[in-house]
Amino acid sequence: MKILTANRLTDGIAVWYADGGWAETVDHADLAHDKAAEDRLEAIGAKAYADNEVVDVNLIDAEVVNGVVEPVRLREKIRAAGPTIHPDLGKQASRQAERAA
Amino acid sequence: MYRYDEFDHDFVRARVAEFSDQVERRLSGEITEDQFRPLRLMNGVYLQLHAYMLRIAVPYGTLNGKQLRMLGHIARKYDKGYGHFTTRQNIQFNWPALSDIPAILADLASVEMHAIQTSGNCIRNVTADHFAGAAADEVADPRPYAEILRQWSSVHPEFSFLPRKFKIAVTGAERDRAAIQTHDIGLHLKKNAAGELGFAVYVGGGQGRTPMVAKKIRDFLPEADLLSYCTAILRVYNLYGRRDNKYKARIKILVHETGVEEISRQVEAEWQELKDAELKLPEADIRAIDAYFAPPQLVDRPEGDAAVKLARLDSKSFSDWLDQNVVTHRHPDYAAVTISLKGIGEVPGDATDSQMEAVADIAEKYAFDELRVSHEQNLILPHVARADLKAVYDALVDIGLATANSNLISDIISCPGLDYCALATARSIPIAQEISLRFASLERQREIGELKLKISGCINACGHHHVGHIGILGVEKKGSELYQVTLGGSADENTSVGEIIGRGFSSEEITDAIEQIVDTYLGLRLSPSERFIDAYRRVGPAPFKEALYAGETKAA
Repeated sequence: MKILTANRLTDGIAVWYADGGWAETVDHADLAHDKAAEDRLEAIGAKAYADNEVVDVNLIDAEVVNGVVEPVRLREKIRAAGPTIHPDLGKQASRQAERAA
Repeated sequence: MYRYDEFDHDFVRARVAEFSDQVERRLSGEITEDQFRPLRLMNGVYLQLHAYMLRIAVPYGTLNGKQLRMLGHIARKYDKGYGHFTTRQNIQFNWPALSDIPAILADLASVEMHAIQTSGNCIRNVTADHFAGAAADEVADPRPYAEILRQWSSVHPEFSFLPRKFKIAVTGAERDRAAIQTHDIGLHLKKNAAGELGFAVYVGGGQGRTPMVAKKIRDFLPEADLLSYCTAILRVYNLYGRRDNKYKARIKILVHETGVEEISRQVEAEWQELKDAELKLPEADIRAIDAYFAPPQLVDRPEGDAAVKLARLDSKSFSDWLDQNVVTHRHPDYAAVTISLKGIGEVPGDATDSQMEAVADIAEKYAFDELRVSHEQNLILPHVARADLKAVYDALVDIGLATANSNLISDIISCPGLDYCALATARSIPIAQEISLRFASLERQREIGELKLKISGCINACGHHHVGHIGILGVEKKGSELYQVTLGGSADENTSVGEIIGRGFSSEEITDAIEQIVDTYLGLRLSPSERFIDAYRRVGPAPFKEALYAGETKAA
């Protein structure tokens, strides 16, 4: 399975394509289960790049774990969470705050 | 230190205006990413895993309190409250928004700083001995020459699109603290028999995927010929350096493939055309730059000896710090202080906004407003009266920067690795932290003695692993992080490239492996004064291989 990821042009923040827009977390990214769906995502990425919404657009491997989408490669897991040395920074920070609440 | 003249101010302001306009046009969609990427890189803006990264130049690692305070301000206002000091004596911020970068650059320009040429295939920030101007063993301060090189190389039209990036380092002492032999050009400032200043010139050093120790191509180059000779080297490189393969494009490959004799001949031939023309440095110009680096007025403070003696008796931790982080100054009443950015279990080279501000205060109050960034990712106060050392120590304790580990195993150079870097293949910081915690006891670290441990998270070797006494290289293998160990590297006047000791280790195994290597060394050293690197050079890899892998061979 593949998902579409990029960095937002204005602030460089990592984003994933989900439900018709770019989400700041990977959890509910749109999954491509077949080649046709991958092509669709790729076209969306190419258009968003051309429209100057995002940069560094990539289709990456993903899987579903406990109902949420997770990237497969460590590099992408770290992008999706934040620096492993700073649990208080990046996407993982807000998740931590959610858990605490 | 160097102060901008009107020309410098205008130049930097013009660049800020130009890049601000480029950012604006990029954000409005007027220019594409393909058009913008080379422009942002020329201004130190990278795109990393989580966000943009801005790398700011600290010329030859020298800055003052006002500048460091501004870096703290930038960390707080535009970033996430911290910055990372790098092995090029620069600082980088990990989270700036592109839309904020014009404002950051304007703030930097107000304190005579910028991010020009911190990326791209140009001449990068010239680095120098971090004890320059203070070291007791120095022939002369290397920074005036680094500044001359900075002025010459800044937006140099001929050398802005080299085959690859180009790094120069200068040292003014026999003991090389600037790792000059790992640079594209390494300059060793010295005096000849007549007492005149000049340079031994090394060319073709570098790390990355093909580590090479630089070759000396000239034993004594008169100081007046610095720019003409460097131009000759750059011309030969620009003409013959490979542009067909990024991995073979550094001058080290050209030197290696062409041979030292032939390269020397080519440089010499080019130089003959240049040496008596406009690049010859007039004596008056050199001395004018020298004047900017005139040392502070160090008044005698003979009370320091007694004060230090008394404070030692009073505090063992102060005494330990004194032994480890304070070095001899050319003035007997003064000392140079290393502020360790390697707190046990901390991120090597990171400092928070408030730490930066507090260190700026200390520099202004006790150190003639002078600071350095070392290529080993620490901060330096080059001139502190011995009488003030206890006050400086107490102030550093207050902000958690008094770790007494300079040159010990926890004084680790580490690249950002896969926690931030888009090129990394493995994490390096968590490994540094775990090793630091394993060897947390300073008593144990001191027993081990000088040990340079350096970690890179990919083959590009930003963490200098090739020249670590112990080097660790993180790679990705079958989807997991794997750490290769090299032993016997060194980045001083006896530079050597470490040798891979054997199969790599998982992230769970690597700290144990390092401990085993250290224990093996402790078991075989001839005396506590035989450093790790000396012992390794005496015995070679065999005992270490035996300790690490003997069990496996027998099992197989």
